[in-house]
Amino acid sequence: MYRIIEARFLAPEVKLFRLEAPDIARKQQAGQFVIVRVHDHGERIPLTIAASDATTVTLIVQGIGKTTRLLNTLEAGDAVRDLVGPLGKPSEIHYYGTAVVIGGGVGTAIAYPTAKALKYAGNRVIAILGARTRDLLILEAEMREFCDEVRVTTDDGSYGVKGLVTDQLEALVNSPTPPDFVLAIGPIPMMRAVAEVTRAPGIQTVVSLNPIMVDGTGMCGGCRVVVDGRSQFACVDGPEFDAHQVDFKILSARNAMYRAAEQQALADLNQHPPELHRCRLADAQPGAVTPP
Amino acid sequence: MTNNNPLPPKERMKIPRQRMPEQASAERRVNFAEVNLGLSAALAHQEALRCLHCKSHHCFTGCPVGVKVKDFIELVLAGDFLGAAAKIREDNVLPAVTGRVCPQEEQCEGCCVLGKNGEPLAIGYLERFVADYERQSGRVGLPPRAPLTGKRVAVIGSGPAGLSAAGDLVQRGHEVTVFEALHELGGVLIYGIPEFRLPKDIVRQEVENLTRMGVEFRTNVVVGRTVTVDELLGERGYHAVFIATGAGLPVFLNIPGEHLCGVYSANEFLTRVNLMKANQFPAYDQPIYDCRGKDVAVIGGGNTALDAVRTAVRLGAKTASIAYRRSEVEMPARVEEVKHAREEGVQFVMLTNPTEFLGDDRGWLTGMKCQQMELGAPDKSGRRRPVPRAGSDFVMPVQVAVVAIGNQGNPLVQSATPDLRTNPLGYIEADPDCLKTSKRAVFAGGDIVTGGATVILAMGAGRRAAQAIHDYLSHGTW
Ligand SMILES: Cc1cc2nc3c(=O)[nH]c(=O)nc-3n(C[C@H](O)[C@H](O)[C@H](O)COP(=O)(O)OP(=O)(O)OC[C@H]3O[C@@H](n4cnc5c(N)ncnc54)[C@H](O)[C@@H]3O)c2cc1C
Ligand SMILES: Cc1cc2nc3c(=O)[nH]c(=O)nc-3n(C[C@H](O)[C@H](O)[C@H](O)COP(=O)(O)OP(=O)(O)OC[C@H]3O[C@@H](n4cnc5c(N)ncnc54)[C@H](O)[C@@H]3O)c2cc1C
Ligand code: SF4
Ligand code: SF4
Ligand code: FES
Repeated sequence: MYRIIEARFLAPEVKLFRLEAPDIARKQQAGQFVIVRVHDHGERIPLTIAASDATTVTLIVQGIGKTTRLLNTLEAGDAVRDLVGPLGKPSEIHYYGTAVVIGGGVGTAIAYPTAKALKYAGNRVIAILGARTRDLLILEAEMREFCDEVRVTTDDGSYGVKGLVTDQLEALVNSPTPPDFVLAIGPIPMMRAVAEVTRAPGIQTVVSLNPIMVDGTGMCGGCRVVVDGRSQFACVDGPEFDAHQVDFKILSARNAMYRAAEQQALADLNQHPPELHRCRLADAQPGAVTPP
Repeated sequence: MTNNNPLPPKERMKIPRQRMPEQASAERRVNFAEVNLGLSAALAHQEALRCLHCKSHHCFTGCPVGVKVKDFIELVLAGDFLGAAAKIREDNVLPAVTGRVCPQEEQCEGCCVLGKNGEPLAIGYLERFVADYERQSGRVGLPPRAPLTGKRVAVIGSGPAGLSAAGDLVQRGHEVTVFEALHELGGVLIYGIPEFRLPKDIVRQEVENLTRMGVEFRTNVVVGRTVTVDELLGERGYHAVFIATGAGLPVFLNIPGEHLCGVYSANEFLTRVNLMKANQFPAYDQPIYDCRGKDVAVIGGGNTALDAVRTAVRLGAKTASIAYRRSEVEMPARVEEVKHAREEGVQFVMLTNPTEFLGDDRGWLTGMKCQQMELGAPDKSGRRRPVPRAGSDFVMPVQVAVVAIGNQGNPLVQSATPDLRTNPLGYIEADPDCLKTSKRAVFAGGDIVTGGATVILAMGAGRRAAQAIHDYLSHGTW
């Protein structure tokens, strides 16, 4: 059992958790993730470590399906069944000059630790944060703390500039001082679009891929992605790869592999509210549950 | 030991080998319960009567860990089943597991003299019988623990190699912590071998026994990531490390279309079902592709392939086939598994080699392009090498394909331990006798040294490692 020390919503369906995991916290580097199993019948899902201190790791979770929604019902004092990591290769941090970090939706949480590390390495860091609408924007203040510039776009224009993150990127690419490095993390169509913007000018671009994983240790091969025509295991060879070499079409197709089952699981969850699961966790940790 | 057998040898040889009671094939095709039901005490006695009590006891030499077969059979004949189990435990700490999954026909039973003119003694069935009897009696005779030595050993991996080393080391008074990457303990016994061959409760019970003996287990620790070998030996205060991380890196065919939805490695397919219980979705959250009404092909001919194809049958596949590039006699799978699979309706498509996976425009598997093979001259392994027959291409319609052509060593520990020598296939180099690696205080054994082998060989390695570690800790010389 891994205890939740802090839990709060950052946006609708986006929740921040701080969990007690000293071994993982001590080792974590930017770009690495954990595998979480919420309860004893649960599946194993990967989540990026957004930050860590001496004894805790911070995860930022977007509730999209059964497991993430279930996780997002938990509160401080609850616990998750299993937590393992840190997994994956750390981000490669270098001095590039100007680095643009693009976060789409919850991708901002995944990009956050790497953006910070890029800043520490001396880069000028420009963040482009995109969201569908103002309410869904996360970590803007945190990014502003260290970024040299933060640009916000919303699809509906409710905040920042109306439009897509790629509009902002194009402007930067076509400016007199184009970026030397781009990191893009978000929905697959966004990452693919970013790759197309930087391909012709040949700007080094890295994306963090989110294939379906099971073990996260290289044992199953389920997370394989095609990069430069070769099969790679995202959990050990990645999750960050050269955006210009990634076959996004295959990634999208593979991520849809369990759609029918995922939809059924979510429908079941909506019918049977997750209180049941809460109780089971509470039983395992008497007195550990604070009332919501 | 006295001979408890009342029958003269001639009479003994007239008794036929007892048959293992099993679930009817039509029934077991639709459930995950164990296929073999186990001998009754009466059947076990009848089988034990067949033993000739040979002076040269070949059966003993056939067993990789030297189980004293003749002696335990004697105890079965005397009706002392607990004594028989204890006798096996002297050499083999997981008898309920090995009695079920050892390739006995090549090992103990392969060397039994009865096999020369008839069928060998059913040593595996008897081993399983006494182990089950012992477990069900609730009176597992746990060996006593020597006084504490103050030495601490870290075991990496909880497969049969790690478990058996942990058991032996804790008995000798050392403090033992087993670190396991997954959330459950048992290695391949939990995530690979299916429930219908090895019920998971048996593995859990064995782990429980080790806990009672004093072994500490830590799940969710990936050595190389969460903690390194150097940290274990340094700030974590362990005096020795045993690496038993298995051969858990799946090998793919490297043919076009392997990324298509519906193409699995055997590791993923089996892990989803065995470890994550995807066959019980949605009661368990992890899904597996719905095989009902689908044509499933498994590529390979070993135990893993057979486990995968029989799992596909139970997941409701319309057809479940084995595609193997050699012929049936070369298949490395156990004879019993092949027989069971056939009874369950598995089709064996021999001398067939896939060259491409074909998909639809949504990225889903629709078929497998194959070429037919014929057998040429023997290769290094002594098996006849398959060579493609020109112009023999054909397409096998399949919607699910499982690649089960083998595994390699998982590199996580090695890559974080640069001074650990490995061979070109990624396996750790260790002395075959004392299991010492190139790094002081670090030992390695099981599949991570030998490549994919067997449960009993991994256990044997674990025991030899325990002995060598004990010697090292006692004398301090490397
Ligand atoms: C390296 C990595 C880091 C990630 N970091 C974060 C993060 O910090 N915050 C965050 O909110 N999300 C993150 N994700 C995505 C997150 O893992 C999925 O959203 C989650 O697994 C969905 O599970 P679900 O049951 O809620 O939804 P489901 O209904 O099961 O699935 C919804 C979508 O999630 C994907 N998915 C399903 N199961 C898995 C799985 N086992 N592994 C990966 N993807 C899966 C599917 O492609 C599907 O499209 C990360 C993914 C990866 C690979
Ligand atoms: C599907 C299948 C069927 C089989 N059937 C048979 C059979 O019928 N009979 C037979 O005799 N043999 C069979 N085998 C082979 C047998 O299971 C193996 O030879 C045996 O399990 C090897 O034992 P091991 O202890 O070396 O490794 P494993 O059983 O592989 O255990 C290794 C453990 O180490 C863990 N680990 C790996 N890396 C790390 C790390 N970095 N940190 C922490 N933990 C780690 C793994 O998660 C795993 O739990 C089968 C194998 C498979 C895959
Ligand atoms: S451990 Fe395996 S090989 Fe040895 S006697 Fe038992 S069944 Fe036979
Ligand atoms: S070789 Fe066969 S018959 Fe002889 S002692 Fe061993 S098990 Fe009995
Ligand atoms: S998640 Fe299993 S190999 Fe990457």
